[in-house]
Amino acid sequence: MLLIRCPWCGERAETEFSYGGEAGIKRPAAPDRLSDPEWADYLFMRRNPRGAHRELWNHAQGCRRWFSAERDTVSYRIARTWRLDEEDSG
Amino acid sequence: MKYSAWSLFKNALRHNRNWPEAWRKAEPKKHYDVVIVGGGGHGLATAYYLASEQGVRNVAVVEKGWIGGGNTGRNTTIVRSNYLWTEAALLYEKSMQLWESLSRELNYNVMFSQRGVYNLGHTLQDMRDIERRVNANRLNGIDAEVVMADEIAKGIPFINTSPDARYPILGASLQRRAGVARHDAVAWGFARAANALGVDIIEQCEVTGLDVDGGRITGLQSTRGAIGADRVGVVVAGNASVVAQMADLRLPIESHPLQAFVSEPLKPVLDTVVMSNAVHGYISQSDKGELVIGAGIDAYNGYGQRGSYPTIEHAMQAILELFPIFSRVRMLRLWGGIVDVCPDACPIISRTPVDGLYFNCGWGTGGFKATPGSGWVFAHTIAHDQPHALNAAFDLERFETGALIDEHGAAAVAH
Ligand SMILES: Cc1cc2nc3c(=O)[nH]c(=O)nc-3n(C[C@H](O)[C@H](O)[C@H](O)COP(=O)(O)OP(=O)(O)OC[C@H]3O[C@@H](n4cnc5c(N)ncnc54)[C@H](O)[C@@H]3O)c2cc1C
Ligand SMILES: [Zn+2]
Repeated sequence: MLLIRCPWCGERAETEFSYGGEAGIKRPAAPDRLSDPEWADYLFMRRNPRGAHRELWNHAQGCRRWFSAERDTVSYRIARTWRLDEEDSG
Repeated sequence: MKYSAWSLFKNALRHNRNWPEAWRKAEPKKHYDVVIVGGGGHGLATAYYLASEQGVRNVAVVEKGWIGGGNTGRNTTIVRSNYLWTEAALLYEKSMQLWESLSRELNYNVMFSQRGVYNLGHTLQDMRDIERRVNANRLNGIDAEVVMADEIAKGIPFINTSPDARYPILGASLQRRAGVARHDAVAWGFARAANALGVDIIEQCEVTGLDVDGGRITGLQSTRGAIGADRVGVVVAGNASVVAQMADLRLPIESHPLQAFVSEPLKPVLDTVVMSNAVHGYISQSDKGELVIGAGIDAYNGYGQRGSYPTIEHAMQAILELFPIFSRVRMLRLWGGIVDVCPDACPIISRTPVDGLYFNCGWGTGGFKATPGSGWVFAHTIAHDQPHALNAAFDLERFETGALIDEHGAAAVAH
């Protein structure tokens, strides 16, 4: 069982959270000018690294807020979590 | 050496001390016509069909661990072909037909047992989806039936079909030709048969780089040195994104842990395969008597070959919901594999933007059943530098054109 630190509520059990996948995927600024390969990249292509991964989590059974985490995808160790409005300090 | 009743008898008389190696340990050569990266069932099947069907015999399979040690040796071995969409159904049905004669073809008993697979429905919507899928299967010439709760109670003695169950069983789809096979035997059988046709099986050899020159593959780097190749086929399941990155390619794949468990051995109690997507568990009984139980994927990306406890608990709840009789069975082992999940729950068997480099991945939670068929179409794709009609729809470009083959939710896609 992972213990995940919600930036608002503190450490809680994994079952309180839902996973939101890779973090930092930005909606294209000019969608009407995007080519098909660019759409494919935005919609479907993922880094899926073996090692450090920046990802989104939602404290679904708690405060219901989204936040970011950096987790190792091999050891599953969570290095840190932070609020979305703290993104730059990461 | 050909395996036969006679060879068994002769070797028994010599106390089984003189069996030859099933395949020869090979040192990597300087150069091959084709190198297959990944010695799982799919990679070994690809090498076998390259040699047997396509006449390409200067082939190596390189495997970072031991062959069959990835998802092939970790899966719950359900084999079926009752997929909803025509593209998927025809691909899995090709595989089913290869399974039906595989032991003979390979001269190796893969213990393919067509004991039937039930996909349970618990709600009116489940039953509508089941009817739709069964009809679609029949139009594609694939055997499929809708069975109702009373027939299920007769066919599966200990299942709980009480209308008072938390998730009452209303009916199921049944594919009688579906079943299970022995996972290790599939890897070993393909390795042995490929090796007999000249294929080098190179274990303990991790690929660490792909050599690309002017948009063309020229070979690869490995923990056992550089190996030149005209063509490279990558079939590494959960590690697909990691190897793709070596050629600066991005894939629409995310790797997730998927867990399975076996119980202590029991006397025969379950002679078919039962799956339920609604409660999310599936179960069969191995020839050794163990109950073989599978879970759903862990939600987060992971490469750790182990999953989380909540997922185990969830799968156990599902099984006990279906089979209250198993409440005191003790579990013996549990493990995880890393599955390569694709957005449309269908594989990618495709050329890539790099000439001579091919990827076969995205089978996710359900690729064991496809092992022979996947190898068969991938061998064709590599040998001809273009897909076979059966895998043409499963290219990488579908994520640009939008022609996804949406098996998620539409079919009983789990496993
Ligand atoms: C718990 C579980 C249950 C499952 N149940 C079912 C089921 O009931 N029915 C079904 O149809 N499917 C099932 N599956 C899915 C199925 O196991 C896979 O889709 C299928 O086995 C994939 O075969 P493969 O040969 O592509 O992969 P693998 O057997 O994983 O082979 C890939 C190989 O590549 C090697 N490799 C990776 N990176 C490198 C590298 N850099 N260099 C060299 N080698 C490398 C790995 O070591 C591995 O041996 C299940 C999977 C799991 C984990
Ligand atoms: Zn919270």
